[in-house]
Amino acid sequence: MEAKQYIGEGWKHAILIIGAIVVMLPFYMMVSMSLKSQQEIQSISGGLIGAQETQTFPVCVKTGYSEETCTMKPYQYNYWFAFEKAPIPRYLMNGVIVTLSIFIIQVLVALPCAYALAKLRFYGREFVFSMVLFCLLIPVHGIALPLYVMLAQAGLVDTYSALILPWTISVFGIFLMRQFFMTVPDELIDAARMDGMGEYAIVWKVMLPTAIPALLAFAIFSVVAHWNDYFWPRMVITGNRDLFTPPLGIREFRGGIDSDEFGPMMASIVTVTVPLIVAFIIAQKRFIEGITLTGMK
Amino acid sequence: MGTISLKNISKAFGSTQVLNNLNVDINDGEFLTLVGPSGCGKSTLLRIIAGLEQQTSGDVLIDNKNVNRVRASERDLAMVFQSYALYPHLTVRRNLETPLRLRDYNAFERLPLIGNFSPSKKEKTESINQLVNKTSETLKISELLDRKPGQLSGGQRQRVALGRAMVREPVAFLMDEPLSNLDAALRVHMRSELSELHNSLKTTFVYVTHDQAEALTMSSRMAVMIDGNLLQLDTPQEVYDNPSSLSVAQFVGSPKINIFKGTADSSGTISFLNVNLKRKSSESNTDLHIGIRPEHLEITNESNENTFSGTVAYRENLGSDIFFHVNIEDGSNKIIVRGLPQFTHQISNGSSVNIKRVSDKALLFNQAGMRVQFTNA
Repeated sequence: MEAKQYIGEGWKHAILIIGAIVVMLPFYMMVSMSLKSQQEIQSISGGLIGAQETQTFPVCVKTGYSEETCTMKPYQYNYWFAFEKAPIPRYLMNGVIVTLSIFIIQVLVALPCAYALAKLRFYGREFVFSMVLFCLLIPVHGIALPLYVMLAQAGLVDTYSALILPWTISVFGIFLMRQFFMTVPDELIDAARMDGMGEYAIVWKVMLPTAIPALLAFAIFSVVAHWNDYFWPRMVITGNRDLFTPPLGIREFRGGIDSDEFGPMMASIVTVTVPLIVAFIIAQKRFIEGITLTGMK
Repeated sequence: MGTISLKNISKAFGSTQVLNNLNVDINDGEFLTLVGPSGCGKSTLLRIIAGLEQQTSGDVLIDNKNVNRVRASERDLAMVFQSYALYPHLTVRRNLETPLRLRDYNAFERLPLIGNFSPSKKEKTESINQLVNKTSETLKISELLDRKPGQLSGGQRQRVALGRAMVREPVAFLMDEPLSNLDAALRVHMRSELSELHNSLKTTFVYVTHDQAEALTMSSRMAVMIDGNLLQLDTPQEVYDNPSSLSVAQFVGSPKINIFKGTADSSGTISFLNVNLKRKSSESNTDLHIGIRPEHLEITNESNENTFSGTVAYRENLGSDIFFHVNIEDGSNKIIVRGLPQFTHQISNGSSVNIKRVSDKALLFNQAGMRVQFTNA
C-alpha cells in the first residue's frame, strides 16, 4: 500500500520535474551565456560558467578602449561592457516609471468602475458591463495603428505619455476587480454608508483594502505585461534613446557593425529580468498573506 | 428625540410590490420589533428607515422632520447588520473609531499625515478615544481593541458591531436580525443583554427578526408583517392573546396555535368536532376557524360532551413541558397539546387520550381569516 503510494507520488513528481526543466532551461542558458566568453558560447562548451580565463576582448578594443582596459575575465567583461555600451540603469528606470504609472492609473480608473458595475444600481449597468466584456475581445495589435496615428496627431510620439496613456484604462482590470467586488457583502457597504462614508471613500477605504489579493494578482499581470512589452514601445519611441524601455534596450545589442556578441547581450537580459523575478517573489509572499488576512466569510 | 413615523410607505421592486401602504409611529425610547416570516418586507422597511433604500411612495419622518431626501449618513441613525459587517482590515479600535472620525474630523483632518497639522485635531482625537473607551467598557470588549475582526468569535463580533453603532449616540438604533448568526445558547443570552442595553441607553430601538420568540421577549411593541402588510402593531402580550387575524395567530406562538374547523348556526352557537362552545359568535350561519393554543388544551381522564379523544402520534419532551402531537379521532385534525411532565410522563406514543379545553380561551376567525368576536350575551 505504502510503496504503491510512493510510486504514484513519484510519477507526479517526475512529470513536474520535466515540466520545470523545460521552463527553466532558457533561464539556465541565459545565465550561463552571460558568464562565458564568446568562443565558449559559440562552441557550446564550458558548462555553466566556462573556464573564466583572463583575455583581451577584440570588440572592446574595436570600440576604442585601450587593450589594458579590455583585458579581464569573461563574466566581468560581459556585465561591464553591457553597462558601458548601453545606459541600462536609464532603461531600467524608464521601465519602472512606465510600468508603475500604468499600474497606478489603471487602479485609479478600474476600482471606481468595478465598484459601480458591481455594487451600484443604475440604468444601463448591464449594457456597460457587456461593453466591458466586448472590449476584452479586441486584440491590442488590431487598434495599434489608429492609436499611433492619434498619438502622432497629438504630438505625443517619443514621450512618456505615448508609452503610458494607451494602457491606462484596463478592461481586464475592471473585469477582474468587478468579479471580486461581487463577492464583497452588500452589508459591509451599507455599514460604511451608515457610518457616513461617501461612495469614493467606500471605494478607497473599504473596497480597496479588502481587494488586496485580487489587486496583487492584477498587479502581476499588468506589470509583467508592460515591463516585457516590446511591440508598443518599438512603435511610439522612434528616436529618443533616453525613453527606451528595457526590452528596447536589449535590442541595442543586436546586429550592427560589431557583429553579435552574446555575452554582454545576455548580461543585459539578466539585468533586465532580475527585478521582475524579485518583485514576483515578494508579491507572491504577500499574495498568500493577503488571502489569509482578509478573514471574511 | 428619537421618534420615527412612517406614513403610507409603499415599495415596489419592478412589478413586485413588497410593501403596501404601511403606517407606523415609533415612540421615543421604544423597543419596536418588526417581525414576520422571511420575505415579508421587514428588512426592506428597515432599510427605508435607514435611508439605504428609497421608498416608492410615502414619507419617513424622524423627530417630525421629513427625511425622504436625506442621505443615510445624515439621518443620525446607527445600524447593526446580520453579518455584523465589520471592516475586516481594521482593528476593533479603528472599527469603533470610524463613524466618529467621519463625523468629527473635517475633510482636511482626515487626510493622511498633513491632517495632523490641524490645531483642532488633537482635541477631537482625545474625545474620540474617550468615547471608544467608554463604549468598549460598557460592552466589555476593552481587551479586544487591538485585534482584527477575523480573530474574534461570533459573540465578540456581535458586541463590536453593537459598539460601532453605540459610539455615535444616534437618535435610534436599527437592527437587522443581529442575533441570527449566533448559536442557540448565546442568542438567548444576548436577548437579555440587548434588553438591558435598551433600558440603560433609553434610545429608540427598531429591531427586525423572523423569530417570534425574540419579538415576544424583548420588545415593548411588536409589528407583525406578512406579505408586505402590517397586520398588527401592539404589545407582545396583546398580540399573543388577542391576534387580529388568523395569520398573526398562526405566526406568533410556538408551538403553533391549533386550528379547528367549526360552524356557527343561526343563533350563533359555535360547534366543532363534538363540542359546543358556551359563548356565541357575533357572526351566524357561517363556517369558522376556531383557534386554541396548545397550553389551553389539557389531557384528562374525563370523557363527556366537552372533551374529544385522539391518539398520540408523537411526544415532544422539553423537560419543563411535554407537547403531545395528537391525531383527532375523525382524522380531520392533528393538534398539539401541552402537558405537565408530573401528570403526563406515563403517556407514550400510540396511546389514546381524552382532551379538554380550558374555557374562555378560544379565538374565532372567519373564512377570510379575520377575527370574529364573541357576543357579550
